[in-house]
Amino acid sequence: MSWVDVGPESALPVRGARVLKIGSLEIAVFRTGTGEVFALRDRCPHRGGPLSQGIVHGRRVTCPLHEWVIDLGSGCATGADEGSTPTYGVRIVDGRVEIDLPASAEARVAALGPPAFAACHRA
Amino acid sequence: MTQLLHEAARPTAQSRRKLVLVGNGMAGMRAIEELLTLAPDMYGITVFGAEPHGNYNRILLSPVLAAEKTIADIMLNAREWYAERGITLHAGDAVTRIDRARRRVVTASGFEAAYDRLILATGSVPVVLPLPGKDLPGVLCYRDIADVERMIEAAQSGRRAVVIGGGLLGLEAAYGLQKRGMDVTVVHLMPTLMDRQLDAAAAGLLRASLEQRGLKFHMPAQTSALVGERRVQAVRFADGSELPADLVVMAVGIRPNVALAKASGIACERGVLVNDTLQTFDPRIYAVGECVQHRGACYGLVAPLFEQAKVVANHLAEFGIGRYAGSQTSTKLKVTGIDLFSAGDFTGGPGTEELLFKDEARGVYKKIVVENDRITGAVLYGDTVDGSWYFQLLRDGTPIADFRDNLLFGQAHVGDSGVAGAGSVANLPDKAEICGCNGVCKGDIVRAISAKKLFTLDDVRAHTKASSSCGSCTGLVEQLLASTLGGDYSEAPAKKPLCPCTTYTHEEVRTTLVREKLKSIPAVMAFLEWKTPDGCHKCRPALNFYLLCAWPGEYQDDKHSRFINERAHGNIQRDGTYSVVPRIWGGVTSPQELRAIAEVAEKYRVPTVKFTGGQRLDLLGVRKEDLPKMWADLSAAGFVSGHAYGKALRTVKTCVGKEWCRFGTQDSTGLGIELERTTWGSWHPHKVKLAVSGCPRNCAEATIKDLGVVCVESGYELHVGGNGGIKVRATDFLCKVATEREVIEYCCAFLQLYREEARYFERTAPWIERVGLTHVRARVVDDAAGRRALHERFLESQRYAQVDPWKERAHGKDADEFTPLHAPVTAVTVEGPSP
Repeated sequence: MSWVDVGPESALPVRGARVLKIGSLEIAVFRTGTGEVFALRDRCPHRGGPLSQGIVHGRRVTCPLHEWVIDLGSGCATGADEGSTPTYGVRIVDGRVEIDLPASAEARVAALGPPAFAACHRA
Repeated sequence: MTQLLHEAARPTAQSRRKLVLVGNGMAGMRAIEELLTLAPDMYGITVFGAEPHGNYNRILLSPVLAAEKTIADIMLNAREWYAERGITLHAGDAVTRIDRARRRVVTASGFEAAYDRLILATGSVPVVLPLPGKDLPGVLCYRDIADVERMIEAAQSGRRAVVIGGGLLGLEAAYGLQKRGMDVTVVHLMPTLMDRQLDAAAAGLLRASLEQRGLKFHMPAQTSALVGERRVQAVRFADGSELPADLVVMAVGIRPNVALAKASGIACERGVLVNDTLQTFDPRIYAVGECVQHRGACYGLVAPLFEQAKVVANHLAEFGIGRYAGSQTSTKLKVTGIDLFSAGDFTGGPGTEELLFKDEARGVYKKIVVENDRITGAVLYGDTVDGSWYFQLLRDGTPIADFRDNLLFGQAHVGDSGVAGAGSVANLPDKAEICGCNGVCKGDIVRAISAKKLFTLDDVRAHTKASSSCGSCTGLVEQLLASTLGGDYSEAPAKKPLCPCTTYTHEEVRTTLVREKLKSIPAVMAFLEWKTPDGCHKCRPALNFYLLCAWPGEYQDDKHSRFINERAHGNIQRDGTYSVVPRIWGGVTSPQELRAIAEVAEKYRVPTVKFTGGQRLDLLGVRKEDLPKMWADLSAAGFVSGHAYGKALRTVKTCVGKEWCRFGTQDSTGLGIELERTTWGSWHPHKVKLAVSGCPRNCAEATIKDLGVVCVESGYELHVGGNGGIKVRATDFLCKVATEREVIEYCCAFLQLYREEARYFERTAPWIERVGLTHVRARVVDDAAGRRALHERFLESQRYAQVDPWKERAHGKDADEFTPLHAPVTAVTVEGPSP
């Protein structure tokens, strides 16, 4: 894994997201109303909807296709829905957003596949 | 939801306040479950139950008796459930005394427990008739699992059963015993069955149907004694006659169980007296469920108990906003194959009217009692599909004048979201699809209700997605809930909040933001004390529209509170690409325009080009990054956005009219184009489609549009509130006008009224059904000054709305929206696999 600079914090809209494309891997980079920044794979665990296009509220985003609500911190679906999407580390260095990306193709493969999915703790 | 487990460190048992629940039944446990979702760690909880089980669904005892379910099927919370949540359960050890001074409860076995707060949920006890012989073996009541077990046992040895009481409980007991192989006679004091729920006609049909199933009736008849030596052998009546019996079940009613409360000095009348926060005379002690008397009423049905449970939990969690204001109730009989529903006051009387439908051959009877244009009661027999709809109309006090003609035929004949031809859902096979949007079958829903202990429509929506999209199957899902759970659990909220972020309704939010001159989403949320920091995907788009509508030209549109389609000005497709629909005024185009569209389609390699139902061309499969460039080209060719993606004015569809058509009476294309030029760009609570037909042959399908104009020789007919959506709804005739100028004025006034009054996400059809065509006519047709004012407000709003969003974005507005982030070159050297 390696930290990659993806631009200034101000490039991210508040309560919005932008997409980072690396080959066929698409990562949604979110900024919440309180200024927190999150990076998730831009695919809803339900039917692959682009989470980056959803409405951001609190620490959550609602998928535009079928209204699954995904927790930005864990990548897990909330409510009664079950599933998760991979998350990536984010840090802000001197006002610039850095994302902890898989450095190699192998790692990227791992990040795309099910083994890297976070386990979602729920009742 | 209710099963939330909180793994985080809990406060220690010592530091938490102590909550004791007396009564391990449905009402008390529902209160505990509600409390756990609100404040999971606030109390150390101890539960006492007289019965030696976990908590079970008492309403389903009848199906257990009838051998249609097992005890295991009806358990709600097994002992493990309590243990997992750190709740101490004492099952089978009844509380016998409350020492209020020392705040302790004492049980039959001498165990003591201290409390800071106490909930009494002692339920009710069956009424035992003071007859000679009432204590003989073989005489039972019908209340709990032990009674059912004894009845099942008796059915194995005995042959003849007599059930005293022809009410709901008595009939269910009789049916169950008969299914267990007994020869059953029902004895009833009154001349008709279920006299508190049914009128004589429905009761007659019910009796005939039960007789067909082999039940016998002896009524009216007054029992005078139960006769027998060592066990009961016969029932004796006031006239001296006798009926042999090996088993006698008394099911003549229940009364609140107030013994414990009374002995502890808590004020009781028929039930334990409580206020609107369900506190008893001793404010540390709450009471819920059948033991309660609230504003003079006692309830023996489950929906009110659940509403009470919510209020108690809210109060115990110290939220302090819940109040219980009493309930309307409805009844269903749980006898397989018999559909029966009753609600409200169905007896009628002076000042009321009765609407009746009777078809004896089909065994269908419906009676609706109406007072002052509102439903006050309903009895349905044989066809209860519309029970929940009538109940809703009753609770909401909806005026029925506008659809009274079709009321008895059901919602499918009236509503926008009916369930036409579905019949009784109980008869459907498990594989029958209930929710067409999400592909959910009956079996899926029933399994989820049972396995996940779901009680409400919202629970089912959350867990199965059924009824969560278009909502047209809501009635069916409610029926499935009722038939699976054995009761109508639908809550009767006095008002429905806009979304879970607030307690205020759409209307309250709108009037407040106008009155208080609130001009931004944060201002509205702050003033109305929103429960979430920045709302959710439901309330933010609604607020954005309400503000836009209230403050045209002033309100700063918040694009991040708009659904992606309205933010990207295109329709998002399932693969994340977008579709582009240029506006083609009135559906009339030219070779030059078509050439421009063709060139754009080729230049951007648009995979699919399709005609839409609204006489437009849809370019599908466009990448988001390409949208601004494509719009620039379309804009250069003279096109503006077609708003095919928005809750906005979509299209004005036209036929060719008198310019070409030999039947045409007016210039329908010209009028359609003028209408579209006037109304394009306007935002609405939902999408809006218009049409103009040149003659009553109606080739533009104007009578299934939100507003349709049908031209005739003498002028123009205006029709409103149609749609071709989930359920086709033909328009209602609004009025007829003489000139094109009037068409424009009436149309704008109608659209402005819809913008100002409809709830966000509500199309014109359900809006008109809700407020009534009479109201719309009064505002748009009868009140000329009001109409002109509406028209002017619409035009004022259009001054700011008629800006082409495509052109703006082609010139760089919101460029970030359409541009991906850039990663350094090193990060893009290796291609990942395709998803």
